[in-house]
Amino acid sequence: MAKATFRITRGGKDGLKPVDYTTEVGEGMVVLDAVHQIQAESAPDLAVRWNCKAGKCGSCSAEVNGMPKLMCMTRLTDLNLDEPVTIEPMRAFPVIRDLVTDVSWNFEVKKRIKKFKPRAPDAPDGTWRMSQVDVDRVQEFRKCIECFLCQDVCHVLRDHHKHDEFIGPRFFVYTAALEMHPLDVEDRLGDLRKTDGLGYCNITKCCTKVCPENITITDNAIIPLKERVVDRFFDPLRALISKVTG
Amino acid sequence: MKTEVQIIEHDVLVIGAGGAGLRAAIEASATGARVGLVCKSLLGKAHTVMAEGGMAASLGNVDDRDNWRVHFADTMRGGQYLNNPLMAEFHAKEAPARVNELEAWGAVFDRTKDGRILQRNFGGHRYPRLAHVGDRTGLEMIRTLQDHGIHQGIDVHMECTVVEILKEGGRVCGAFAYDRERGRFRVFKAPAIVIATGGIGRAFKITSNSWEYTGDGQALAYRAGAELMDMEFVQFHPTGMVWPPSVRGILVTEGVRGEGGVLRNKDGRRFMFDDIPENYKSSTADNEEEGWSYTQGDKNSRRPPELLTRDHVARCIVREIKAGRGSPHGGVFLDISWIKERLKNAPEHIKKKLPSMYHQFKQLAGLDITTEPMEVGPTTHYVMGGVRVDPTTQMSRVAGLFAAGESAAGLHGANRLGGNSLSDLLVFGKRAGEYAAKYAKEQKALAVNESQVEELVRKTLEPFERSGTAGAENAFVVQAALQEMMQELVGIVRTDAEMRRAIEGLKVLRQRAKKVSVEGHREFNPGWHTALELENLLTVAEAVTICALERQESRGAHFRDDFPKKSDTWSTFNLGIERGGDGEMKLSRVPLPPMTDEHKKIIAEMA
Ligand SMILES: Cc1cc2nc3c(=O)[nH]c(=O)nc-3n(C[C@H](O)[C@H](O)[C@H](O)COP(=O)(O)OP(=O)(O)OC[C@H]3O[C@@H](n4cnc5c(N)ncnc54)[C@H](O)[C@@H]3O)c2cc1C
Ligand code: SF4
Ligand code: SF4
Ligand code: FES
Repeated sequence: MAKATFRITRGGKDGLKPVDYTTEVGEGMVVLDAVHQIQAESAPDLAVRWNCKAGKCGSCSAEVNGMPKLMCMTRLTDLNLDEPVTIEPMRAFPVIRDLVTDVSWNFEVKKRIKKFKPRAPDAPDGTWRMSQVDVDRVQEFRKCIECFLCQDVCHVLRDHHKHDEFIGPRFFVYTAALEMHPLDVEDRLGDLRKTDGLGYCNITKCCTKVCPENITITDNAIIPLKERVVDRFFDPLRALISKVTG
Repeated sequence: MKTEVQIIEHDVLVIGAGGAGLRAAIEASATGARVGLVCKSLLGKAHTVMAEGGMAASLGNVDDRDNWRVHFADTMRGGQYLNNPLMAEFHAKEAPARVNELEAWGAVFDRTKDGRILQRNFGGHRYPRLAHVGDRTGLEMIRTLQDHGIHQGIDVHMECTVVEILKEGGRVCGAFAYDRERGRFRVFKAPAIVIATGGIGRAFKITSNSWEYTGDGQALAYRAGAELMDMEFVQFHPTGMVWPPSVRGILVTEGVRGEGGVLRNKDGRRFMFDDIPENYKSSTADNEEEGWSYTQGDKNSRRPPELLTRDHVARCIVREIKAGRGSPHGGVFLDISWIKERLKNAPEHIKKKLPSMYHQFKQLAGLDITTEPMEVGPTTHYVMGGVRVDPTTQMSRVAGLFAAGESAAGLHGANRLGGNSLSDLLVFGKRAGEYAAKYAKEQKALAVNESQVEELVRKTLEPFERSGTAGAENAFVVQAALQEMMQELVGIVRTDAEMRRAIEGLKVLRQRAKKVSVEGHREFNPGWHTALELENLLTVAEAVTICALERQESRGAHFRDDFPKKSDTWSTFNLGIERGGDGEMKLSRVPLPPMTDEHKKIIAEMA
């Protein structure tokens, strides 16, 4: 069987350094398999998150050869194994240990977003009616597995560290899912403009490119949200009406 | 030197943040209780996220002949009447309200033409009954509960593993745990604890289950004095991936068959038509045409044999493989692409109905399911057994210790129907939360015994001390040996001789586990975590083996080659497991709870 080398970032708050591990690679293997193999063979304390091994839980995010990826869905056959394959933790978040990063910020951000608030039920039995076409868009957003790869790649977080003023693409998708939910009656446009930092996004579409769920983050979520914000706050007539009606 | 232990107080501590744990936490906190929720992974990553096909509830949106009575009868028949009838009744009655409640909390299910929640066919359910979202229903469910729960003031302790339940005077008083990030110890003080830790699939080699499924909850409860029940009933899902090797065991949803997918052997024969059990003959199609119409919603057609119960389908597949009629990599073929003969836009239809299956095969196996058949074989999937609980309150026989979801026993009997787990989580998660909160209110907080905690600290750190000693074992290696052995000796087809070997093998593994050593530091150290979980895995493996050896018949998911028939002598009790005074496992026969007259009437009517 062929062998390949993996250059894995090791360490924690005390410092990080790449360490090379060589292991055998077999048919159909993904990056996570190689990491597990290395764990079992020579580095039992190598820290890595994973759960489903099938691209469903969004736990195993890392940067493989510099690209934000789910390790369980990245096949070795798609990589050049003549060179060492680099596996690094996500860069937009602080490292806890090895490939594991502190993503708790994301959970805090979500708490701040106003929760779902449905209109009164449509039927006497307390249920609602929605047609499939009306929920298609929201279902696209709800495919999100919270891998935070989009957060990792977005320059506003990755390079400019605007974590305090910008909620990131994942939470624009989340907000869009709520705003476009046919039953929802809450209003989040003011927050989007003021506290969520929607304006920082300059539509580079990097987030859309890395999303393993193929959610069209920029075109379907961010741009429509931007349009709604513009309509509300920068349309002079609307602004006047809202002033009058309060 | 005394190791520092952080102490955190709650009224109700929920262990596990899957569907059952989240639902329990939401309910308990809604009553005003201070609730703590602990989980081994990050929030939203629990096993529930992987569920695909849907959740069963007799909403009757697609076929209005459905109602709780039919769902009850289907569940009991699927479980071969070893289910707790009262739990089956509560489940069937309450599931529709629990599903509608999810919609009120923001879940977006697929819709019927008239705008209601769409329901799909699944094995063993008489009518289309599974509310679903494509093939990612579990994601919808966990995210809805998670997003609802975070606004309820529940304290979530992520990446924290409970190692032991603490008791005082026969009552629960807390739990001892460590956090993965730092490896620091915590004691959660709480008069009521809900175990919602899921299953035991990691006791086997080929499994659809994640690393979390090491039977922690079952073992914690067992050590705390609760009884386990029905542990011989381990469900092997008929369709897991078999190729390439690294994905072996990953689930292929039953939804594929619900949408018209068929099973064939290497000769192209639809072998499921060759063996339809007597009690399902009247409700199963005997020709391909009728089977297809059924999957397309024709109410007058009977279901195709591919949608018979999981235990049966799994055994038929094993039979084909053993007879040399399998696929190249030791499975059989599952084909959905053939529906292009019947539907104009078949590839689009498949991608819409089964998007994650499409991706899973495309990305992991390089195979396009809209044009080629898949190769599938059985995979360890679910445990029907678990903590024995009161059907109404979900409390075990230990005061203050509750259990819900996959970690509890009773609802599913000898075999679970697909879709009945997600609904189980909601129905009994809610009940557990409600009654745990109620119980907690009636109790005074108990003190935690410090010397017991110190002893636990010592035990938990022991593997580090063995580092570098002669004969030290690697945790991953011991775990793999256990998995190999259970797969081979206590798998889908069981015999007396093999299981006796397994009992001996477990003794050896127990000795090896005592010598496991761990290298490195306490921060996020998977070797250490695996070492600590070994004890639990060994406990549940032993319970499964002892019960499976005892039950000398074949029923539901439990199949004995030496006793291939179902037997009436074994139909009146469940098997219970408890810890004897000497620390050894004790087996007992637990008489089945009686059915009410109404239960009997429903079953007689629907038979
Ligand atoms: C691939 C797949 C598909 C499935 N599809 C369906 C389906 O379509 N329909 C259906 O009804 N069922 C399905 N099932 C079954 C169903 O998903 C599970 O039975 C169910 O999700 C279990 O939920 P739970 O809440 O009991 O536990 P889980 O969701 O597994 O949650 C367990 C929780 O306990 C925590 N935990 C465990 N041990 C500890 C510990 N020691 N300390 C702290 N926390 C701990 C874990 O971290 C986790 O948060 C499927 C299962 C699989 C594997
Ligand atoms: S499109 Fe916006 S949110 Fe996405 S990566 Fe670019 S700047 Fe960030
Ligand atoms: S939107 Fe896509 S990339 Fe971002 S967290 Fe969700 S699944 Fe991951
Ligand atoms: S392990 Fe779940 S997405 Fe990779």
